[in-house]
Formats: sequence, C-alpha cells, structure tokens
Amino acid sequence: MKAKTLQDLFKRYRKPGDLVFSLLFLAMCLFLALNVQDQTTWSKGTKLPSQPAFWPYLSIGLMTFFAVLHFVTGLMTPAMKGRWMEVGFWLRSFEYAIWFMAYVFIVPRLGYLLSTLLFTALLTFRLGYRSKKSILFAMLFGLAVVLLFKTFLQVKVPGGELYEFLPTNLRSFMLTYF
Amino acid sequence: MDTLLSGVSLLMRWDVFIALLVGSIGGVVIGAIPGVGAAVAIAILLPATFSMDPIVGLTVLLGIYGSSMYGGAIPAILVNTPGTAVNALTTYDGYPMTQRGEARRALSIAYSASFWGGIFGILCLIFLSPLLALIAPHFGSREIFLAALLGMVLVVLAHRGQVFAAGMLAAFGILLQTVGLEPVKYTKRLTFDQSWLASGFDLIVVVLGLFALSQAFLLLVDNDKQPKLEPVTGSLFSSMKELWIYKRIATVAGGFGVLMGMIPGVGEFTAQFLSYTYARKTSKAPEQFGKGSPEGLIASEAANNAVPAAAMIPLLALGIPGEALTAMMLSVFYVHNVIPGPGLFQNQLDFVYALYIAMLLLNIIVIVFLLFSTNLMTKIIQIPTRFLGMMILTLSFVGVYSLRNSVTDCAIASAFGVFGLILKRLNLPIVPIVLGMVLGGIMEVKLRTSMTRVKTPLDFVDRPIAAFLAAAIVFVIVLHIRTLRKEHLARLKGETDDDLDSQLR
Repeated sequence: MKAKTLQDLFKRYRKPGDLVFSLLFLAMCLFLALNVQDQTTWSKGTKLPSQPAFWPYLSIGLMTFFAVLHFVTGLMTPAMKGRWMEVGFWLRSFEYAIWFMAYVFIVPRLGYLLSTLLFTALLTFRLGYRSKKSILFAMLFGLAVVLLFKTFLQVKVPGGELYEFLPTNLRSFMLTYF
Repeated sequence: MDTLLSGVSLLMRWDVFIALLVGSIGGVVIGAIPGVGAAVAIAILLPATFSMDPIVGLTVLLGIYGSSMYGGAIPAILVNTPGTAVNALTTYDGYPMTQRGEARRALSIAYSASFWGGIFGILCLIFLSPLLALIAPHFGSREIFLAALLGMVLVVLAHRGQVFAAGMLAAFGILLQTVGLEPVKYTKRLTFDQSWLASGFDLIVVVLGLFALSQAFLLLVDNDKQPKLEPVTGSLFSSMKELWIYKRIATVAGGFGVLMGMIPGVGEFTAQFLSYTYARKTSKAPEQFGKGSPEGLIASEAANNAVPAAAMIPLLALGIPGEALTAMMLSVFYVHNVIPGPGLFQNQLDFVYALYIAMLLLNIIVIVFLLFSTNLMTKIIQIPTRFLGMMILTLSFVGVYSLRNSVTDCAIASAFGVFGLILKRLNLPIVPIVLGMVLGGIMEVKLRTSMTRVKTPLDFVDRPIAAFLAAAIVFVIVLHIRTLRKEHLARLKGETDDDLDSQLR
C-alpha cells in the first residue's frame, strides 16, 4: 500500500524520450559531481559563500538532487511508445547544426553576401522546395538579411578572403557593406 | 515635470521613431507567425542593438516584446494555432467564435483587450514609479540577493507539474555562469583545461542557441505545415466598443497581469490562468467559456498584454529580470553601462520616463497598424514552416557570429540549439536555464558583497526589507508543500479524477 502511495505521489506526465533525457542529464550531473573537486579551488581565509568553489558545488548539488528526483519520477510513470523514434528526431537535428556550422566556415572565405545567397539557396533546395520561385525567394531573403544587418546596421561580420581578388575600390566597398 | 520633458526629448529623434515603427510592426509580424515568437526575435536582434543608443535598442526590443502578443492572437483566433505560447488560451474562445462566423468580432475584441491590458500595465508602471524610486534605494546587496533568490524559487515552483525539471534546469543555468575564470580570486572553475571554456558561456550565445537555433532545428526537422487563413471581411472598429461592456473583466485581467508580471518568475501564464478563472466564476454565462465567450477572450488577452510593462518593474528598479525576455534586455543595459537598479531611478529618471512613453507609443502604433493591416498579416503568416526554419537559421547566424566573430561561439550555440530542441520536444522549460544564468550571477556577486557586513546568519535579515523577502521565500515554499499535500490527500480520497494532477509532475 505504501509503495503504491509513493508511486502515486511521484507519478508525473512525460513524453516519449523523457527517460533517455533524464538518464543522460543525470549522468552529466554525476560526471560533474565527480570532477568538481579537481575543477575548482578553495581559498584559505575566505568565508564559505565567498569561496570560488561555493557556487559550482551548490549548483551541481542542486542539479544532481533534482535530476535524481526527475529520473525517479520518470521511472514511476508508465512507459510510452516511440522512445527511439523520438531520439531519432533529436539526432536528425544534427544535420542542420552541421549546415549552420558550414555556413559559419564559409562566411570568412566567400564573404557574407555570397555565403548567405549560397546557404539560403542550397538549404531551400535540400528542404524540398525545388521550384525556381522558391529558390529565388530564398535568395532574395538572404539578400535582404545582408542589406539589413551588414549594409544598414553595420554588424560585425568580417569580409571574405575572396574579396582580396577584387579591384581596390570595389574591395573596400564590399568589405564595408557586404 | 522637467524630468518628464527631458524624457520626451530623449525620444525626439529620427532613429527612435524608426525603432518605434520597427519594434511595434516587426513585433506584430513576428508574433503572428506561428513558430517564431518574441524570444527568438529578441535573441537574434540583441547583438545588433548593442551598437545602437540604449533608448533606441530598448525601444526595438520592448516593441517586439509587447506587440508580439497582439500578433499572436491572429492565428490563435483564425486557425486555432497560437502565434506565441502565451496566446494559447486565446484559442479557447477565439477559435470557436471564428467557427461561428464571428472572426472579425473576435479579432476586434482581442485587439481592444490587448490594448487595454497594455495601456493599463504602463499606467500602473508610471504610477508606481514614485513608490519604486522611494523603495529601490533601500535595496542593498542582501536585499537584492534575497529578491533574486525569491525569483529563483518562484521560477521553479511556477512550473507546475515540472518542478523537478525546472529545479535541475535552473541549477544548470547557475552552473553555466560559474564556468570559466572566476573574477575575484582568478581561479579556474570547471574549465577541464580547455581554453574555449576559460572565458565561460556567454549569455547571448546560450540564449540564441536555446531559443533561436533550437526553434530553427525544430522547424527544419519536423514535417512541413502551412497555415491556411481566410481574409477577414468588414471593419474591425465596430466590435471594439464591446470592451466597454466587459470593462470589469478587462481591468481585473490587467490587474492580474501587472501583479504577476511584477513577481519574478511568474509571468503571463499564471496571470492568464487567474484572470480566466476569475472571469468564468463571475460570468453570467460561465458555460460559454471554451465555446466562444468574449469574456474569456478578454480575460486572456488583457492579462498577457499587461505583463510586459509590469515585468520592467523588477528589472528597472532592482536590476532583477523576472523572465527570459527581460533577462535578455538586461544585457543591453549592461553593454551601454546603464545599470538598472536603485541608482537608475535616482540618476536617470528621464531615461526611465522615456521608456514608459515609448511603451505607450508602441501600443498606439500597434493598434492602429492592426486595424488596417490584419488581412495583410493573414497573407504573411502563410509561410511554410520548414522554409521559416531556414529563415530563422540564416538570421541566427548574424546574432551569434556578430558578437565576437567566433566559430567557438557558433559551435556552442549549435550545441545549445540541439539541447533546446530536446527540451522543447519533451515540453520541458527553457526559461529556468536563462534565469539561472542571470540570477545566479547576481546572487553570487551580491552574496559575496553582503558577507562583508554579515557576522551571524541573523545579520542577513536584520533589515525590514531583507526580513520580508526571507519570510516571503519561506512562505512560498511552505505554501507549495501545503498545496502539494492537499492535492495528494484529495487524490488518495478519490476527490479528483486527474491522478496526474500533482505539482511533482
């Protein structure tokens, strides 16, 4: 009876994949808890709340405490179908993280304007919008972003290595505005 | 009066005028497109505002914050899809009205209630200012530490049903701000001998990852959707007078919005819940709630639009953000060396007044824009979701890369993007991480500063405000445990049929 009550008390709503996340988060907490001593310093003659190690210890302690409870409450809840399908969904997001990082790598080489036009056109094609209209619209959007942020707002995005091959006047223009 | 005029003169510039237009109209558009939301837009635009004057940058961000909820009501009412998360309650009564052929009436009521809530919140902020100016200087390090701690406790407990998850994620946020070189003793914390960890995690990079990149990834990976909206016929003016019939509901909802907005960690959802419950309990037709009740619609929209102005109260008076969006705005203040807190009301009251006036103007621009452009909005928001994902990803690059032109920042943001996607898919809260980072930093500094004058633990609460805040923390925790116990006992007795209705969920 007591066990049933405890189970009722800790039961919570969860979605497929919750247990995998809970377990991974708990593993990270335990890893941090095992390493916090080596990764922080205690100073002599300093009050506890002013110690450099105080907040890392406190936050890892709280994280571990809540992560254990979150994991246990997950275990108390009936299993749900679709766990690995959900994990598959998470993993598929890495493809777009790679797209993003590729964009980051090409900007200092090709310049912001050309990289953005390429990125928007290729990604739009990859997403399945294959019509000329869609790709043109994506490139127009890319152009608008460059004009707004680099040309008008002058945000800090470096010029591309490719600009070195341009004539002097055009190079300085491209470096300033695109 | 001189201070007020000085505040007005701060706004008399062409760039402020553009910021007002961009912020208000941009906010409506962003709010109306399901899958973007104010948090994504503010995260992306944040670094771009660093190069602007603080009043210009903050006007853009406040515009987006305040007006996105107006825009979010359009798809909520027309296609049952909230434009922003806080418009979810609007679908309950807004969409049934559309199904009955009353879309124009529903939009009119939603706009007028939003306007009323927005103006009510700003007026409360203006009238509370003298009081804030009086109280704020009494907040020393101890009081600010305790107020931040109260905010942390509230942000965890306010995530009803997800308290453990909110707790672990808030603690994770506190941990993130400790990583790197500690500024007082210059010791390394949790760097694992990695040079890229020595400078710690930048709040903007984390925020961009958690809000913008995660949303882009989510839209890109998920199936393509394209909302189909029918144009609205007829004048939107005609039903606006209906607000007058329900002025009591609108005012009380605005009051809940102000109250909940002021309390760190609480915000729109609680305000809406309370005002909706109030409206239903006091209505002559409670059975209509959820089936197209104008009172329900007013309760929802007036409450959430009163929150942005009220959320500025703890930010401006104490330098403590109550939720993710004001936490992001805090960085704009810091970049320009305008430190929100007690000193702001004493030294830069004209700046504070300028912000208030800007918020009033933003609401007026939005309502005028919406009355004439709702049908244009219905066309804009029909962007396919995966295409929208591409757009957010492209814009996110500017946000992250323009900070320091760092590939490492982009990689960190991508990692937080994937992490944010997982949290969103699991319906776990992201806000506690951001507040943990911001409030954790404030707590660490203020606790260290206050320890110089504290000899015994009781010294910490020997001033009235500190004692009140400490008592409030204990009260909130005790109240939560009491509610938990009552719910559990009711469940054991079978008084509730929802066996998952626990704050432990």
